[in-house]
Amino acid sequence: MDNNSSAINYTFSIEKNDFSRAGQASSKLKKILMQLGIDSTITRRAAIATYEAEMNIVIHSEGGAIIMQVNPELIAIYAEDRGPGIDDIELAMHEGYSTAPDWIREMGFGAGMGLSNMKRCSDYFNIDTKKGAYTKVTMKFLLQGGVVDKN
Amino acid sequence: MKVKEIMEKLDLRLAAGSSGLEGEIKDVYISDLLSWVMAHAQKHSAWITIQTHPNVIAVASLLELSCVIIPENADINEETLKKADEESIPVLVSDANGYNICCKLYDLMKDK
Repeated sequence: MDNNSSAINYTFSIEKNDFSRAGQASSKLKKILMQLGIDSTITRRAAIATYEAEMNIVIHSEGGAIIMQVNPELIAIYAEDRGPGIDDIELAMHEGYSTAPDWIREMGFGAGMGLSNMKRCSDYFNIDTKKGAYTKVTMKFLLQGGVVDKN
Repeated sequence: MKVKEIMEKLDLRLAAGSSGLEGEIKDVYISDLLSWVMAHAQKHSAWITIQTHPNVIAVASLLELSCVIIPENADINEETLKKADEESIPVLVSDANGYNICCKLYDLMKDK
């Protein structure tokens, strides 16, 4: 994460299977970006990607958090959970592939589009996972004139 | 075309989100897969779905959709209605099925 002193930081805690509050972190994040006067197209992309990350934590993980950092160059979103990790990232990235159980699919989730939506919406996307431990998704959205560093 | 006009002309019942009735509808999108909607729906669309849990409102709000239309009088979760009021997303309910709603919307919107 950037230790840039001019960055604004927000952390949202996300609980496992908490469908009643699901979507709250991305909604709040969107409102913050709008208040900061960030371009509406970039705000929309960041909100969509964050929603997908938030739902992945709710549906697939033991819980975790979404951290947003905003500085004049970019918006960075870190979605980190406490496991169980992803078996095969390449497969998970494949559109249409999902491990969501039937009851989740009945709610309209589990289309297998989450990770590809995140990648498509962001200017930089990285996923790091360790079986039995964590999954960490990093997404960056460039603001005008920003340059993505790969940290 | 305004959400309010669509509501009146299609005889839709307003279940929640009255503060969003002045919003413009520029397109229509139909799907029950939330991630699919997230990937493809354009802003200011009316969204027809049979899903009625609160995440529908989260998706509609994030995508800046104009309203959610629920076909065939499907039951709507209380929590969904509360959230729709908070987010100013009109939730409109119809007796008709999705196909018939679309036919009527097409007729209304084709000359706009």
